[in-house]
Amino acid sequence: MKKIVFALAATLAVTAVTSALAEDKYKACFIYVGSKTDGGWTQAHEAGREYAQEKLGDKVETVALENVPEGPDAERAIERFARSGCGIIFTTSFGFMDPTIAVAAKFPDVKFEHATGYKTAPNVTTYNSRFYEGRYIIGQIAGKMSKTGVAGYIASFPIPEVVMGINGFLTGARSVNPDFKLKVVWVNSWFDAGKEADAAKALIDQGVDIITQHTDSTGPMQVAEERGIKAFGQAFDQIKAGPTAQLTAIEDTWGPYYEKQIAAAMDGSWKGGESTWDGLKDGILSMAPYTNMPDDVKAMAEETQKKIESGELHPFTGPINKQDGTVWLKDGEVSDDGTLLGMNFYVEGVDDKLPQ
Amino acid sequence: MDIAQNILLTIMTAATPLLIAAIGELVVERSGVLNLGVEGMMVIGAVCGFAATALTGSPWVGMLAAIAAGAFFSLLFGVLTLSLAANQVATGLSLTLLGLGLSGMIGESFVGTAGVKLGSIHIPVLTEIPLVGRLVFGQDPIFYISLMLTGGVAWFLFRTRAGLTLRAIGDNHASAHALGINVLKVRYLAVMFGGACAGLAGAHLSLVYTPQWVENMTAGRGWIALALVVFASWRPWRVLGGAYLFGAVSIGQLHAQALGFGIPSQFLSALPYVATIVVLVIISRDRRLTLMNTPASLGQAFVPDR
Repeated sequence: MKKIVFALAATLAVTAVTSALAEDKYKACFIYVGSKTDGGWTQAHEAGREYAQEKLGDKVETVALENVPEGPDAERAIERFARSGCGIIFTTSFGFMDPTIAVAAKFPDVKFEHATGYKTAPNVTTYNSRFYEGRYIIGQIAGKMSKTGVAGYIASFPIPEVVMGINGFLTGARSVNPDFKLKVVWVNSWFDAGKEADAAKALIDQGVDIITQHTDSTGPMQVAEERGIKAFGQAFDQIKAGPTAQLTAIEDTWGPYYEKQIAAAMDGSWKGGESTWDGLKDGILSMAPYTNMPDDVKAMAEETQKKIESGELHPFTGPINKQDGTVWLKDGEVSDDGTLLGMNFYVEGVDDKLPQ
Repeated sequence: MDIAQNILLTIMTAATPLLIAAIGELVVERSGVLNLGVEGMMVIGAVCGFAATALTGSPWVGMLAAIAAGAFFSLLFGVLTLSLAANQVATGLSLTLLGLGLSGMIGESFVGTAGVKLGSIHIPVLTEIPLVGRLVFGQDPIFYISLMLTGGVAWFLFRTRAGLTLRAIGDNHASAHALGINVLKVRYLAVMFGGACAGLAGAHLSLVYTPQWVENMTAGRGWIALALVVFASWRPWRVLGGAYLFGAVSIGQLHAQALGFGIPSQFLSALPYVATIVVLVIISRDRRLTLMNTPASLGQAFVPDR
């Protein structure tokens, strides 16, 4: 029932959006999984779109469609965009991967950019951010700040991206506290403030004193603030929801990338079949101000950030064991990108069984 | 042992909005009207409650605004389906669509605004009793209202003449009309009561559960409330049982995950729905009882001159 409702809503919204478009400008279109004002993932993309629009000015018309559910409904929404004259279409959620590939095959002249996926085509490029770099830093902070030595992780869906985040966080935490443990709760949703808050409460009741999330609402941050524990913002600076709780936030800053790609699409230098995977040094993600922590922890976090930016430190550097105790990376060995992008195992110390 | 109390509190908080919305819808359906717009009315209540609180600084004003907004919004459904005899299923669905869109528009400037929580009550000594103090004497006001609503609706439907009238209309509106009962008036009141309840349930979300406004924050709870009404075979106390069962399984599965039992999380996430279906199957085994409780003219439009 919900699906039908969303499908109807999506169709209506597309119609409204496309009819309002000006005809002569280059059209860059964005598909969002959540609402533009979710305070997290989608809002970060929306900020990126606004940035690109401002930089490119009158030459470009950017259009966004929000609340598009992942799965078959997305295909319809993307196709409507492709038909309506969009030159380049950004599909900004992992679950839009197959729909994007399917629509791209039907519209060879339209350029597609899919975020966080791994499938490309002659007219489909993927782009992603090395979130694990930020997760490593917040893991280190958690390792220093937690008194119980156990953190709670509110996770959305068991896809490689999320598993990589969990492993990055724990690897960071274990670099300062080798006995650090992590409890994971999957809410099987990207955005449900109430459910995420419930998960945070459950984790806190079971003794974690620091929480982090890979879901998109500020629900968990608010619970942390209420219960007097610490937490990390997700995708967007969430300091307003947790003025005394937020230690820092991993901020997604897609703007410069969007500007670059739209400009390339307009002047013909855009290339399909590429996979961009930028990190802290490229500015595609950044850390919100380090707050609510002692100076030495702050200094450590800044130091780590510098080392990652300079390339001196790769978060996934051995020795790192898998959850079952077998060796994943030998001493000094650095993980290759392929393993990270297809990550389907936990590192040692995760108190959870990975859903397969 | 405080963890037990904490878990129970979380369960009750999770169940309260479902209970309130479902009780409202129960009255609507008992009068023979099927309003599928619960989700829409709820989200309108959530945004209006939050907005009024942000503007006045008082969550109590917010709560009243949410109730009023829910009732007013349901009136739209009432005019279309009762006075104009439009299809109830289609109108209810569009009410949900409209509610979701409209709430996003109303709430746009309130996103990211710090919310004011409708605080839990605190009675010296009583609230501090170990193990049960906070459960019985330390919850938020809307929780107590939800219990009073359940009791009140049970009493009204089955112990008063007005309740009998309402049920009679739900079972056979033509006969009720022939007896001289004003079918449309009763149905209007029932629909507005349902809207008010859904609005209050929304206020619970944006003022108690997670005191903030985010778009689509009801996240399907209105649909669960609708299902609970059927689950409870249109009986108020069963709605309470159903809401608490659903809440308990939803929260329990999160704890099971955090404990790291190694049960697949997808299975655990599905558990609240599975549990609800299982109970539904068990309840509906007695076909006679189910038929007796189902409002016979549910969803049928009534035009007086026929």
